[in-house]
Amino acid sequence: MTDVMDRPALRVVGERPIRPDGVDKVTGRAQFGADFNLPGMLVGKIKRSPHAHAKIVSIDTRKAKALAGVKAVVTAADFPDLASEEVEAGEAAGNLRDLSMNCMARDKALYEGHAVAAVAATSAAVADEALALIEVVYEVLPHVIDVEAAMAPDAPVLHEGLFTKGVEPKPTAPSNIAAVNKLGRGDLAEGFAQADVIVEARYTTKAVHQGYIEPHACIAQYGQDGQCLVWCSSQGQFMVRTYCAKILDLEAADIRVIPSEIGGGFGGKTTVYLEPLAIALSRQSGFPVKMVMTRDEVFRATGPTSGAVVEVKLGAKRDGTITAADVVLKYQAGAFPGSPVGAGSMTALACYDIANAAITGYDVVTNSPKVAAYRAPGAPISAFGMESAVDELARKLGMDPIAIREKNGVVSGVKAVYGPTLRDIAYKDTLEAIKSHPHYSIPLGPNQGRGLAAGFWFNIGGESTAAVRINDDGSAVVATGNPDIGGSRASMAMMAAEVLGLPIDQVRPVVADTASIGFSMLTGGSRVTFATGMAVVEAAKKVVEDLKQRAAQMWEVPADKVAWENGAAVCLDPEKPAAKPLSIAAIAARAGRTGGPITAEVGLNAQGAGPGFAVHLCDVEIDPETGHVTVLRYTAAQDVGKAIHPSYVEGQIQGGVAQGVGWALNEEYIFDAEGRMENPGFLDYRVPVASDLPMIDAILVETAPNPRHPFGAKGVGEVPIVPPLAAVANAVRDALGLRLTDLPLSPPRIRAALDARAK
Amino acid sequence: MPQLEYSSPSTADDAVRALAAAGGSAKVLAGGTDLLVQLRSGRIRPSVIVDLKRIAGAVGIREEAGAFVIGAATPGAVLGEHAALSKAWPGVVEAANLIGSTQVQGRATLAGNLCNASPAADSVPAMIAAGATCVVVGPKGRREIPVEQVPKGPGETSLAPDEFLLEIRLPPRPPRSADAYLRLIPRTEMDIAVVGAGVSLTLDAEGVITAARVALGAVAPTVILVPEAGAALVGSRLGDQALEKLDAAAKAAARPISDKRGTVDYRTNIAGVLARRAATIAYQRAESRA
Ligand SMILES: Cc1cc2nc3c(=O)[nH]c(=O)nc-3n(C[C@H](O)[C@H](O)[C@H](O)COP(=O)(O)OP(=O)(O)OC[C@H]3O[C@@H](n4cnc5c(N)ncnc54)[C@H](O)[C@@H]3O)c2cc1C
Repeated sequence: MTDVMDRPALRVVGERPIRPDGVDKVTGRAQFGADFNLPGMLVGKIKRSPHAHAKIVSIDTRKAKALAGVKAVVTAADFPDLASEEVEAGEAAGNLRDLSMNCMARDKALYEGHAVAAVAATSAAVADEALALIEVVYEVLPHVIDVEAAMAPDAPVLHEGLFTKGVEPKPTAPSNIAAVNKLGRGDLAEGFAQADVIVEARYTTKAVHQGYIEPHACIAQYGQDGQCLVWCSSQGQFMVRTYCAKILDLEAADIRVIPSEIGGGFGGKTTVYLEPLAIALSRQSGFPVKMVMTRDEVFRATGPTSGAVVEVKLGAKRDGTITAADVVLKYQAGAFPGSPVGAGSMTALACYDIANAAITGYDVVTNSPKVAAYRAPGAPISAFGMESAVDELARKLGMDPIAIREKNGVVSGVKAVYGPTLRDIAYKDTLEAIKSHPHYSIPLGPNQGRGLAAGFWFNIGGESTAAVRINDDGSAVVATGNPDIGGSRASMAMMAAEVLGLPIDQVRPVVADTASIGFSMLTGGSRVTFATGMAVVEAAKKVVEDLKQRAAQMWEVPADKVAWENGAAVCLDPEKPAAKPLSIAAIAARAGRTGGPITAEVGLNAQGAGPGFAVHLCDVEIDPETGHVTVLRYTAAQDVGKAIHPSYVEGQIQGGVAQGVGWALNEEYIFDAEGRMENPGFLDYRVPVASDLPMIDAILVETAPNPRHPFGAKGVGEVPIVPPLAAVANAVRDALGLRLTDLPLSPPRIRAALDARAK
Repeated sequence: MPQLEYSSPSTADDAVRALAAAGGSAKVLAGGTDLLVQLRSGRIRPSVIVDLKRIAGAVGIREEAGAFVIGAATPGAVLGEHAALSKAWPGVVEAANLIGSTQVQGRATLAGNLCNASPAADSVPAMIAAGATCVVVGPKGRREIPVEQVPKGPGETSLAPDEFLLEIRLPPRPPRSADAYLRLIPRTEMDIAVVGAGVSLTLDAEGVITAARVALGAVAPTVILVPEAGAALVGSRLGDQALEKLDAAAKAAARPISDKRGTVDYRTNIAGVLARRAATIAYQRAESRA
């Protein structure tokens, strides 16, 4: 791929063209999940458990079925009782049986909002009436939501068949601790013995939701021949197809999933909730069924990320060398195993080169919605603990927060605590970018504080397909299988335009359905610009080869006598001095006579995604009487490899920061004594609004391009949410002279801490 | 199948008749920014909606001998654009213009804010501090009552099912008077008050407070008028001592609950803080007047 890397100058990549999907989105023409309608469509609705933990004794649907206008009613009895099996649907791996039981409770309701039945009716009002007529007899069980309470030996057990993995000897009693994983190196005792200074603290975070604006929505149409169409908003149409096929025991070939525009996902749309139910309802009724969640349902029944406890103990020498790190992570998984504690463990110390380290992670089931991926899943939580602890360590040592990170920070060639050797990274340049930014030395006023934190995220590659097609007028179509969440249509079109030599507005990117393009893993893991981008570049290069071949035919010269320059074939044959360069349009016009349509589809499994590093700097001001925190300034530097479209990389950084600031300051799931969520709406679940944030200054560090990508791209979408929790908390610590270790840092909590200190 | 009727009478009497005919299952519609949300969520299921906006005088502001009469269906944005009202009652107008967002203010009304009877309603402490009254219309005619007599408890008013509020009146203003409203929200907008405080003051030529009214929101089942807090200020120039007394009186009057939005301790403390701060702003505004 070095031939593209070595191009002297890039025409399109690195520029900031207007995104191809922009006009549709700002004018309201873009069609999101709930915007599709079909003739004869029914309304599907879900009956949900009012209890956080209950045995389902019986479900009587007879009255609902008898109601005029009700066309289908389904319960778990209408879905195959699946065996426990790990399913690989791209990176969104999960256990099939759990997935099915999360879509529709079987035997037990495991959280308030857990689906127990669904209906399809001729109107929303009839569907509501039908839900009320479904009689469910519950035997309410004691519930447990707090992670440490769920780990206690006497805690109510969610799954009688769940035995802790990763401990010896194999446990004989069931437990809510689904797994314990350990990671580390060196000798912890020895490391702490070398230390002159030790810091130790326990940090907690609350469950928070991804908070996408678009609720889950879909339409399913099951035909008499068993062929099934699904229109839905998700992060991966192939993921939806795989999961629906497995949950309903259908052939993948019989399901065609058509992706809608997606109004935010942040990881939360990497699984299915509605689609299998809509298919089952359509199959039973013979009509298309549309299902759209309310915001209340989104909060109660779809993926938040874990609330957690993070214990960190660090030891360091006087010169700042960290000699030992002991980290314990306890993450809520929600109703089924599978919290992001694994990724939380691996990322916890990834910015540091520490000789003696141990990380222990607990994956704990709780009576709350099953967690779903959320932007750098698991990493912000462990980074909150680690980066807060490093801040305390620096204070104890009297060291600058950047200096201590420079002293211990990873560089290319260093083996990370979690295993691999890091290559082509620019962590230290990212620290330097903050150090040399004017923000770092702006004087602070009274009640103001400054906090710094770093973050790491792996980024992934994986399987992707892209097709590049030349139209008869010489313009091009780029088709991929990845929903466009963060501006990927723009970057796909730009990379294709760069290789083809076409202007960007002659390349039309499309997101194709599951029948119209080869398999692609879902949009997640910050993988699309890297992996799908590689497929696009490969397909475009194939097209260029084909175009050269066609030009050779037209000139009647050997193929190796044709070069590709500035979007045109150039004849190198000295015997054809009159041969003028042939544009794509000129070659396309003759395609019928030179071999037919010009098109190439490439599927690949991209390896070597470069990890991302971020260093954030945050200034806050605190109103000591009300405890209200104002974020005054925020600067975020990131190792991005090469930004294909810098504006959308900056947008990813700003978006991640905004979400992280919300997590730090106000967002939290609040449950009442019965385990029911008390704030299932945006009024009391407080994501930041625009006026809560300053302009977030994003610095793109491009000193270490990723050599595995044709233009040097690394994933950029996730690492921006890793540092903000600690950056904000460290700034609050600086302003108050007091360390608060429990998120969110909401006004009542800050005021209470100040009152406690005054006493 | 449940049915919902919509009527938009053009006189107050027709509106009363429409309400009476529904026998308690009607709902009055002003801006609809509470009503429509409650309808959609299924929290209320009225059989008839009676829209006030077509009644003559329901939308608009008129001045009557120094008093301002605000039609019950007048949106917040119209208040904000009314120069004389904004000058005379900056606290009431700033409270009304805190409600929601630009879009919400194109619809939301003072009367709706009051009749929705949320203890956290933003404009209500400001109106109570201002000594505002409202004209209530019903089958027996019209009556004028102080604003603080409308809310009875969360979501509950003293109005009969066939009565509605036709207009809100702000009294004539003595010289050197001003008001202010402050609320505490965890965010900076699009939020609900954890505590709200409205203060209205009149000063004499020497800057001594001769009259003061203080009202608090979100610290009791209804917005409350706190006479002791007002009394703490009268006779002072708003020095530290007066502010301390005000703080103590506001805290003493607060009877909040602990919930997802704040604890008893927090709300009680903030009631004192906001009362002081609102009083300070009102004082500065009054002082700057000739
Ligand atoms: C996005 C959003 C943000 C909001 N932010 C805030 C905020 O910051 N602060 C705040 O206090 N509120 C807020 N609200 C709530 C609401 O906007 C206010 O309470 C508003 O003032 C209600 O006025 P309205 O004219 O829309 O009332 P409506 O919805 O029309 O009516 C509200 C209630 O009062 C009754 N009613 C209305 N007019 C009369 C009348 N003349 N006589 C008798 N009964 C009547 C109705 O029947 C109904 O029960 C917000 C609402 C939304 C949707």
